[in-house]
Amino acid sequence: MSIGEMIRESQVWKSIFRHPMPQDRRNRIVVMLTNFFLHLHPVSIKKQGIALSYTWCMGGVTFFLFLVETVTGVLLMFYYRPTLEWAYNDILALRDVTSLGILREVHRWGAHAMVITVWLHMYRVFLTGSYKPPREFNWVIGVILLLLTLLLSFTGYLLPWDQLAIWAITVGSNMARATPILGHEGPGQQLLNIQGIDMITNASDARFALLGARFVGEETLNRFYILHCIAIPLGVALLLAIHFWRVRKDGGISGPL
Amino acid sequence: MHGVSEADFLRGISPFLGGFYLFLGMVNGIFAYHLWHNLHRTRDAIIWIVVSMFLVVIAAAAMGGSPPGLPLSLRNFANWATGPVIYSVGTTALLVAAYLLRTWLVRPMVGWSLLMFSLVLLGFSIAEPNFAAIVTKPDNVPIVGLVFLLGFFTWIATAKAVENDRRDAEGLPPTEKLDDEKVLVWPDLVYTELICMIALTAFLVVWAIALQAPLEEPASSVKTPNPSKAPWYFLGLQEMLVYYDPWMAGVVLPSLVLVGLAAIPYLDFNKKGNGYYTINQRKFAYLVFQFGFLELWITLIILGTFFRGPNWNIFGPFEYWDPHKVLALNNVDLSQYFWIMFMGQSLPKAPPDATLIQQLGTILLREWLGIVLVLAYFIALPPLMATTIFRGFFAKMGFIRFMLMANLLLFMASLPIKMVLRWTVNLKYIISIPEFFLNF
Repeated sequence: MSIGEMIRESQVWKSIFRHPMPQDRRNRIVVMLTNFFLHLHPVSIKKQGIALSYTWCMGGVTFFLFLVETVTGVLLMFYYRPTLEWAYNDILALRDVTSLGILREVHRWGAHAMVITVWLHMYRVFLTGSYKPPREFNWVIGVILLLLTLLLSFTGYLLPWDQLAIWAITVGSNMARATPILGHEGPGQQLLNIQGIDMITNASDARFALLGARFVGEETLNRFYILHCIAIPLGVALLLAIHFWRVRKDGGISGPL
Repeated sequence: MHGVSEADFLRGISPFLGGFYLFLGMVNGIFAYHLWHNLHRTRDAIIWIVVSMFLVVIAAAAMGGSPPGLPLSLRNFANWATGPVIYSVGTTALLVAAYLLRTWLVRPMVGWSLLMFSLVLLGFSIAEPNFAAIVTKPDNVPIVGLVFLLGFFTWIATAKAVENDRRDAEGLPPTEKLDDEKVLVWPDLVYTELICMIALTAFLVVWAIALQAPLEEPASSVKTPNPSKAPWYFLGLQEMLVYYDPWMAGVVLPSLVLVGLAAIPYLDFNKKGNGYYTINQRKFAYLVFQFGFLELWITLIILGTFFRGPNWNIFGPFEYWDPHKVLALNNVDLSQYFWIMFMGQSLPKAPPDATLIQQLGTILLREWLGIVLVLAYFIALPPLMATTIFRGFFAKMGFIRFMLMANLLLFMASLPIKMVLRWTVNLKYIISIPEFFLNF
């Protein structure tokens, strides 16, 4: 008996994997149904549905990048402190001193890549008309995921707390000042006033809600940190689950009828 | 670029460019071998072996410290061509040309030639300090990648669509229909996924080692950088700020982009083209989407990233970002055109002790032309469209769906319309009511 066989026949191995090595047709089918990670997939699939020239693999790549961002992000959270005192210095140390500080590079480039791959995924789905019935609603979920991806990237942009970060966020969030009715420089801002007192000021408008302050400061850093690390990823995870589930329920990957 | 001498710059960029050309030379050598050995196309093979040799020669030149660059006349032409009018009209014209010539462009040799040409052009351009400074800025590198990826995938999709359209004309099913047999996900799909994951991990690690993530000086709320830019994926929106008030460019139009995207499946009633690449079977949807995505979203991001410099002025790719560059901007509101230039009198103004009603009346009088035009655009045009060019759409879509589509299209079209008006007659706002932050 070879060592490989000994391991695969052991009680420990069998307790973990609920099926033998998928080397014959029967087990190749069983493995897809009994493995937690694999059961996302169907058992069999049309050959054209997995052709790279058709799918570009961009949805899968985007999901994988989300996982990379999650893992590297969790590791970076052990090191980085979102305060005015430490934020910049921690990133500086990650660049110059810390072992495995390269995780920050992987995280940042992965984030840029994810924005691009999510666009390419949308592009492919559009060009193949894959949003057409019965997949309309999954396209809508995809649009929300696209927005959340951009917001994830946007909130993460602030965390290094350098000039690039705060001014990009300042420019990006300044527009919220002009939100109709809810921004203090937006049309209809005068509508919300009680006995001549403006309800929408620079300390109560949409921009203030976004930044937690009248300008990009420590409150903003804290707010964006929590949005970036917890709130938005949770939303993305939930929508991803629905997105994948609907792919299966709507008839699997698209193809000519 | 300041602070780095020409010689230091060339010493820094030469090894990179040398390796880049050498790699391209090798790839073309392999390509030529493939043409000769596998496809037996000797004449094509000879062309590409010559190209390969040419690339090796310029690789040697680059490694020797003198990478070839573009002649001054071409650089000046490129600087001139990135003015907003020529850039916007030119990119649109290029896309239209690419669309019309698509059956020719999707031929493999043409595609390969274009790819090689653009890569060599990029190499030649990077040998110039101002171009290198903007393209190799760490956060801009992904956008260079995006441009090539979009070119590549648009080419693939178009090639498949052209083939399917040809088959459709002959009454054959799309190519995607041919591989109809089913395969098991284990091993056919899970192994593809595994290889993708490994390749992508390797790619990310190499990228992370090769290129350091940007980290500038510590944040300071008193030192405003010039230019201040939003993250690159929002630069299309920042570009719209040139033509629109912030409430439109920053809030209303982005929201409408999302609403419009989400509405696509409910507006597109065309049953054809579901699950395969095609252009001819869904021309209208295809053209609208490509105009919105490639022209209004992507080219504006490229403009904002590479060509917008200090004071949000436009700079050519080979131009130094001079913060003292002064451009005369004399933008005029429609109401000023009407009252001052056409009627020959000053703008109507409410007396200082006017009541709110009087003030509103004055504003209405002052802006009546703009208000009428905007209302006509959004309210009168859709029914007009429904009874003329879009009659078929209206019949199939019903009232609500058609009105939604018409208004989304009109909002989308309003951006290029405002751009053209700005360039031709310096028009700032069609309706200008700064009293209520309501400019349109």
